[in-house]
Amino acid sequence: MQNSIPDGFPSTNDQEKLLADALALVQHHAFYMHRALDNNNLQDALKFSAQMLGELRTSKLSPQKYYELYMKTFDELRMLEVFFKEETKRGCTNAYLYEEVQHAGNVLPRLYLLCTVGSVYIRSKEAPAKEVLKDLVEMCRGIQHPVRGLFLRSYLSQISKDKLTDAASEFEGEGGTVVDAVEFVLQNFTEMNKLWVRMQHQGPAKEKEKREKERSELRDLVGKNLHVLSQLEGVDLDMYRDIVLPRVLEQVVNCKDELAQYYLMDCIIQVFPDEYHLQTLDTLLGACSQLQPSVDVKTVMSQLMDRLSVYAASAPEVLAEFSQVEAFSKLSEAVIKVIEVQQDMPLVGAVCLHVALLTFTLRVHADRLDYVDQVLGACVKKLNGVGKVNDSKATKQIITLLSAPLEKYNNVVTVLNLTNYPKIMEHLDYGTNKIMAVVIIQSIMKNGTFIMEADKVEALFQLLKELVQDSDGSPTLDELDEEDFMEEQNLVARLVQMLTNEDNDEMFKILITAKKHFQKGGSKRLGYSLPPLVFSALKLVRRLQEQDKNNEVDKVTFSPQEQGSSTEADEANISPQKVFQFLLQTVDSLSAVPAPELALRLYLQCAEAANDCDLEPIAYEFFTQAFVTYEEEISDSKAQVTSIHLIVGTLQRMHVFGVENRDTLTHKATGYSAKLLKKPDQCRAVYVCSHLFWIEDEGGVQDGERVLLCLKRALRIANAAQQMASVTKGSGGPVTLFVEILNKYLYYFEHGNQHITNAVIQGLIELIVTEMQSENTTQDPTVDAFFASTLRYIRFQKQKGDGVAERYAAIEV
Amino acid sequence: MNYIVGVFKQPCVISVKFADGDTRKQATVKKETGQSVELPVFSSKDTISGEVHIVPAYGKKIDHLGVKIELFGQIGLSLDRGYDFTSLVRELDIPGEIYQHKVYPFEFSAVEMPYESYNGARVKLRYVLRVTVGRNFPSNIIHDSEFWVRNTSPPPEKINPIKMEVGIEDCLHIEFEYSKDKYHLTDVVIGKIYFLLVRIKIKHMELEIRRRESTGSGANTIVETETLAKFELMDGAPVRGESIPIRLFLKNYDLTPTYRNINNKFSVKYFFNLVLVDEEDRRYFKQQEVTMYRLDP
Repeated sequence: MQNSIPDGFPSTNDQEKLLADALALVQHHAFYMHRALDNNNLQDALKFSAQMLGELRTSKLSPQKYYELYMKTFDELRMLEVFFKEETKRGCTNAYLYEEVQHAGNVLPRLYLLCTVGSVYIRSKEAPAKEVLKDLVEMCRGIQHPVRGLFLRSYLSQISKDKLTDAASEFEGEGGTVVDAVEFVLQNFTEMNKLWVRMQHQGPAKEKEKREKERSELRDLVGKNLHVLSQLEGVDLDMYRDIVLPRVLEQVVNCKDELAQYYLMDCIIQVFPDEYHLQTLDTLLGACSQLQPSVDVKTVMSQLMDRLSVYAASAPEVLAEFSQVEAFSKLSEAVIKVIEVQQDMPLVGAVCLHVALLTFTLRVHADRLDYVDQVLGACVKKLNGVGKVNDSKATKQIITLLSAPLEKYNNVVTVLNLTNYPKIMEHLDYGTNKIMAVVIIQSIMKNGTFIMEADKVEALFQLLKELVQDSDGSPTLDELDEEDFMEEQNLVARLVQMLTNEDNDEMFKILITAKKHFQKGGSKRLGYSLPPLVFSALKLVRRLQEQDKNNEVDKVTFSPQEQGSSTEADEANISPQKVFQFLLQTVDSLSAVPAPELALRLYLQCAEAANDCDLEPIAYEFFTQAFVTYEEEISDSKAQVTSIHLIVGTLQRMHVFGVENRDTLTHKATGYSAKLLKKPDQCRAVYVCSHLFWIEDEGGVQDGERVLLCLKRALRIANAAQQMASVTKGSGGPVTLFVEILNKYLYYFEHGNQHITNAVIQGLIELIVTEMQSENTTQDPTVDAFFASTLRYIRFQKQKGDGVAERYAAIEV
Repeated sequence: MNYIVGVFKQPCVISVKFADGDTRKQATVKKETGQSVELPVFSSKDTISGEVHIVPAYGKKIDHLGVKIELFGQIGLSLDRGYDFTSLVRELDIPGEIYQHKVYPFEFSAVEMPYESYNGARVKLRYVLRVTVGRNFPSNIIHDSEFWVRNTSPPPEKINPIKMEVGIEDCLHIEFEYSKDKYHLTDVVIGKIYFLLVRIKIKHMELEIRRRESTGSGANTIVETETLAKFELMDGAPVRGESIPIRLFLKNYDLTPTYRNINNKFSVKYFFNLVLVDEEDRRYFKQQEVTMYRLDP
């Protein structure tokens, strides 16, 4: 009688020793067994083999070690089997042998021997396979010890594997039918599972964890039966549905064991064909909701859905089956039911299930957006009871859930049709939502998705709320990481480009919608979000204008005056004017930011666009705004310099203005120039202003006198600067300015400004030369080079020999 | 085969040769010494015939007062000398002399041998052929030659299964079933044990075959019990609802039919004892009498 050790298995070291001892004994008995085999001594062979198998009666080995011992004896039993086979050739009947081995007094060796003889018996076909198998599987009940029983039955399964009365097997027919084979395997499976489940109750509670680990190591012994079932040719769909699956599931559900349920459900899903799963979804899913609450159902169901979706992808004709069995509705019902039944399931589990279902839906029914929405809806329902999700794992899963449609469709527009999508996002906390928003934008960018309807834009901004505006729970802007914030806002800015439609009306609506949302964003965001919006609007303006031109071509008969009205008739709602109004408001809101320089630039951009559209009042208004901004808000001197140059540059190109307006503006601009703080800046601004009076374009103003005035003024300022420099620093300042002015002179001289005479130029050159030679002028090689190349240019012009050269002739260098 | 008892310095060698000795069935019987011997097997109403061979020692002659052969059945208890219940005598020779190998045929026809030979713990029932060469001096030359008797019986008229529910309250409750209450000696015991309630940690379960030999009567009855077989039925602890099969081939065990009150001297009864052993090696058992009988071969 073996001693069972109630306090678990001995330590590892002892285990090694015990195993070594047991193996040695097996070896010892096997030696005598071999001798008996060689001598054809059946009785001795049985006696020693029983002794050898007696070693398997130990309770002291851990399952792993026991396995090693089992393998050793397994090999020996193979030899015994060969012997039995030969014994029957020598005239011993199988029936006799079958009885003879049953005299062994101990049940475990007896059953191992019985199985071994049984194997030979079946092969001989002297008895119907089904009878022998049935007897074996019944007799094996004698072993109720979990580990020993599992291994014994595993042995039975091993030796019977190739002897089942499967369809088309050699043992079928008189030996039995596939029903018998299935019955046999099912019974063995059931018994093994019972033993396996029972294992957890052996030994003290404190070692439960260790025991569960050991138990887990044995799971494949049980699972192998399912594999055998799946390999049976004769098990067709009907039999699977009517016999195999219900029986297996019954066992799974009734065993009420977490480890077993999870493993076996997984096994079922993995070993049987997808087609069967599809046809038995009801049953399979029904079982899912009956599992223990602690079972990881979500993984099980995910696996199932995963497999099904792969199956669906395998062949197009399969899809018809999916709709035929209403796979989707069954799965979604099952998901809901499981969540309902398993009250304790953490939120993350529920979300995971939805993720799995969604993945399935996206793979199988990508065309059914309503299904997708339905899944999201179910998830919303679950989330509604929860409020904001704080669990980080669940959050992660929700992100997966939300990302899945994006990834699948690669098109945000499709996703925007999902009414439940934003509802789910509402349940995310601020940070996560932001991440999600970033993901959405990135998806748009990556796929180049254009969002072409205003209502879609509206919906999109609902999703992007957290990026576009402050909302409840968001940290104040000061708390945000500056860099992150910038990055996010840049993303939003890039997004604006994707909001576009060929149709002008719609486009305008889109712009209005976008603006509406951007304006909720607060001053800090506007700086990022409005410029792209402005440019987007400007693009619209240009398109409108383009169309006007086309119309013009079409309707040559109309006078230019009528053309305007016809355009308005065509574009009932939209006109450049309207867009400009929109622009004006938009840029205006930048003043609140405040971002005066940006506003100024945008005003100027708009003015230029208005100019291209021949809309003088609008252009004038924009300029006015630009000037106002300049006056009131740009105080930094450097910024002023830049602004002046921008203003002048823009103004120079404006051709829409009438004389009066133009005068006002140029006057203003020159005025600003002269009021700059630093002399060199003043000087430069002033000479730049000269361009305002000299437009090369056709019909442009060419007021040579005022040009000269400007230049002279610039000279004066340069002089003053020079003097100031010598007073304050003790050395001469910028000859540069003079050289620059000289270049301006040359420019106008070349372009035929009559007021610029060679004398003036000559004088300036001399002045520069003098200045450069003056002692208190600082030598600057770059200036020298600048001046030298200017002179070289003059010389070059003189030699060219055309009209210009003639004029240059008078200048001496 | 002859059974020869060679006694040193005996003036002659006596042996008994059965008529069908070469073909007759043999029984292997264990003697007290531990050796096994093979004996010819007879049944009641058999005719026991053969020859007695007397071979004098070389060069010796035996004067005798006559030669006879006796057949007797004897019940021996370990304490007393034994009790003969059957005794038949045949005179083989009148007084005279034997010079050389002499053969005497004998025959006991249709001998009534109601009891089977039996070799128990305390009781022995044996059948002996005794050849006596009568002498005055020195004493008689006696040669015993044992044979074995087995009587078959017709199959019992009624065989019932044994079904029983036993248990210890709130602890263990089982139902067991043996296919029959009467078995022949090469029968198979089929049955099962069904566990209705298990609250103890059972280590294993076995079926014992026990033989109870009782001698004497009344207050002087002495009972001797022997366990002839221990057959493990189950290894490990079952749970509620398990049923464990029993299949036990009886032919390998040294069983006899059940004997009831043989010649008012003794009885032999057989029992199945179902034993459950728990982890603390406590034994829980239930004993059931079964009747054994010998079937016509």
